[in-house]
Amino acid sequence: MTRKKPDGSEPLWRDEFSVRAEDERLVTRRQFAKFLTLTSVAMAAGNLWIVVRAWLRKAPEYPRVTVASIGEVPIGGVKLFNYPTPNDPCLLVRTDEQTHVAYSQVCTHLSCAVFFNGESERLECPCHRGSFSVADGSVIAGPPPRRLSRVVLERRGSELVAVRMEV
Amino acid sequence: MSARNFYIDPSRCIGCQSCVQACSECDTHRGQSMINFDFIDRPESIGSAAYVCFHCEDPTCAEVCPADAIKKGIDGIVQSALDPRCIGCSNCVIACPFGIPKMKVAQEQMMKCDMCYDRTSADLKPMCATVCPSQALTFATPEEIARTRREVPTNVFYFGDQKVVTKVMMMVPADVEAMSVDVVDYMWEPQS
Repeated sequence: MTRKKPDGSEPLWRDEFSVRAEDERLVTRRQFAKFLTLTSVAMAAGNLWIVVRAWLRKAPEYPRVTVASIGEVPIGGVKLFNYPTPNDPCLLVRTDEQTHVAYSQVCTHLSCAVFFNGESERLECPCHRGSFSVADGSVIAGPPPRRLSRVVLERRGSELVAVRMEV
Repeated sequence: MSARNFYIDPSRCIGCQSCVQACSECDTHRGQSMINFDFIDRPESIGSAAYVCFHCEDPTCAEVCPADAIKKGIDGIVQSALDPRCIGCSNCVIACPFGIPKMKVAQEQMMKCDMCYDRTSADLKPMCATVCPSQALTFATPEEIARTRREVPTNVFYFGDQKVVTKVMMMVPADVEAMSVDVVDYMWEPQS
């Protein structure tokens, strides 16, 4: 048999399609099935791990921060504050005599700062014209995918205290 | 893998075809015998020869397969053509110097002796060697063969210029080192 070239090497096709089963480097059906199975098992285990981690995660603790005193903000007025950390801008709106609402100022679309539009009585984002209801922070128009995070306020005597975030 | 090897001695063959029957009873190819059985010269002689695949070190059948369907395993056994790959071209049938591969036309696949690798890997004798009454087909250790036979085993064959080294041993007279088979010599030529 003329197996080898004059320089002693074998042609490439013979190397790639070896007669010997142990030299075969093509992926066999069994190898592929094994790969699929093991990958699926790994994916399932990863998902399970994520679920377990979500179960085990404790609810975050929020500080109690005094935001404003009653009467400090006029009806239809706004006060900016930071909650729960100094890097999280929020805004407080007094919608009528008794009602104060507060939301994260970060738009859920691309994180621009929303402002309170007194004329339309909506929270609006200037970047892409998203607007949110001032009553519960839900999306009224525009591209934001979900409602604004709400700051839960409690009344302590004459002061409004931020208690936690409702994401 | 077994410490035993396969030995063929056609001079011991009595033509009973037990091997043919035993082979065809195997579950992996039920009803199809992979034994190559020949009468040498039927009109003139009762001589017969049963032989199995020689499992060459460089199997010519696999070398010529265009579909990469014939594989030699790490146990040294050359397998039948892989069913999903075999295209039924019969290249192997034509190329094999021993004439071993059999084309199963109905199933468009080449099948050949695989030395019962399911049995030999568990150190059992192949079916044919189990039943052969004259031990023309033997599965034994070299020591057993040396003790019980006058002939000596060889696994080197010459077919013209092609040297073939095999896994299966052929029993030859003690003064012969390698079998030389001049195929052209045996071909029919017109008498002038």
